[in-house]
Amino acid sequence: MSQAEGQQHPLKIYLWIWLLLFVLSTFSYLVDYFHLQGYTRWSLIILFMLLKAGCIVAIFMHMAWERLALKFAILIPPLCLLILIGFMAIEGDYTFLTRGAAFLR
Amino acid sequence: MAHDSQAAALPPLRQVTEDFAADKQAFSVPWGKAMMWIFLLSDTFIFTCFLTSYMNVRLSTLATWPNPSQVFSLNIGGQDIPLILIAIMTFVLITSSGTMALAVNYGYRRNRRYTVLLMVATAALGATFVSMQAFEWTKLIMEGVRPWSNPWGAPQFGSAFFMITGFHGLHVSAGVIYLLTVARRVHTGFYEKRGSYETVEIAGLYWHFVDLVWVFIFAFFYLW
Repeated sequence: MSQAEGQQHPLKIYLWIWLLLFVLSTFSYLVDYFHLQGYTRWSLIILFMLLKAGCIVAIFMHMAWERLALKFAILIPPLCLLILIGFMAIEGDYTFLTRGAAFLR
Repeated sequence: MAHDSQAAALPPLRQVTEDFAADKQAFSVPWGKAMMWIFLLSDTFIFTCFLTSYMNVRLSTLATWPNPSQVFSLNIGGQDIPLILIAIMTFVLITSSGTMALAVNYGYRRNRRYTVLLMVATAALGATFVSMQAFEWTKLIMEGVRPWSNPWGAPQFGSAFFMITGFHGLHVSAGVIYLLTVARRVHTGFYEKRGSYETVEIAGLYWHFVDLVWVFIFAFFYLW
């Protein structure tokens, strides 16, 4: 359906997403501007980041209109990166503690 | 109801099994688009490796991490505005993503003039982004930031900064050249003759990805 004549969608949807990206970027800048700290800061940063990433991938990159086979092939493999991130977070924490024990005596 | 005819829309998961298991091409998109997506997938792994190693060194250092909000502030009119250059760079890149999305749309509408204009605008915004990054690098290098040391704290700050933003800047620069090459072919009527503008969409995928990576760099490196 979508592949025969390419991805043709009304202009309006792009303009709305464009505006939304501007607003979300402004919000994430304001997080820093107002010096929010701790969990409020981190959760807001991640929230705005994921919303922006979702808009770009789904609408600008047309992933929302692709067939499920392509969605699965592209969006599922990056999930294994979460394991790398988890391991490296534990590793970094451990290195921090051993460095503290060894050098801060 | 959907089971009445095979040609009618199958439930989504059935579509996946049909696409992968049937004796046919798995992805019903032009091959260039499938390959661009696979390239972008591999690039995702590269950038995640950079950001993960940055996370690791930031977690494990005993020294305090320099505060990016102050490091990247600019003095405008006698006032230090935190992170302002980075914010402007972010807006420039988002604007370029918007013009690129419109270029793809006008390409499929066979409007060559608008497609070329919007692609050139995208490339110009990309070049602006790289220039601002060059300014930022110059400023930081003059303030004494090196990959092995800096005046404010953890020495790993410099190596993470130069590696991550440098690799991203390289992607933007390559993208500018790529976009201009494709825009030239739109202008000369190459795609018109071939009867398909999918190459513009594929170039667009690359450009949006560069913007996507910046979203993550902005969040994790500059805001965290």
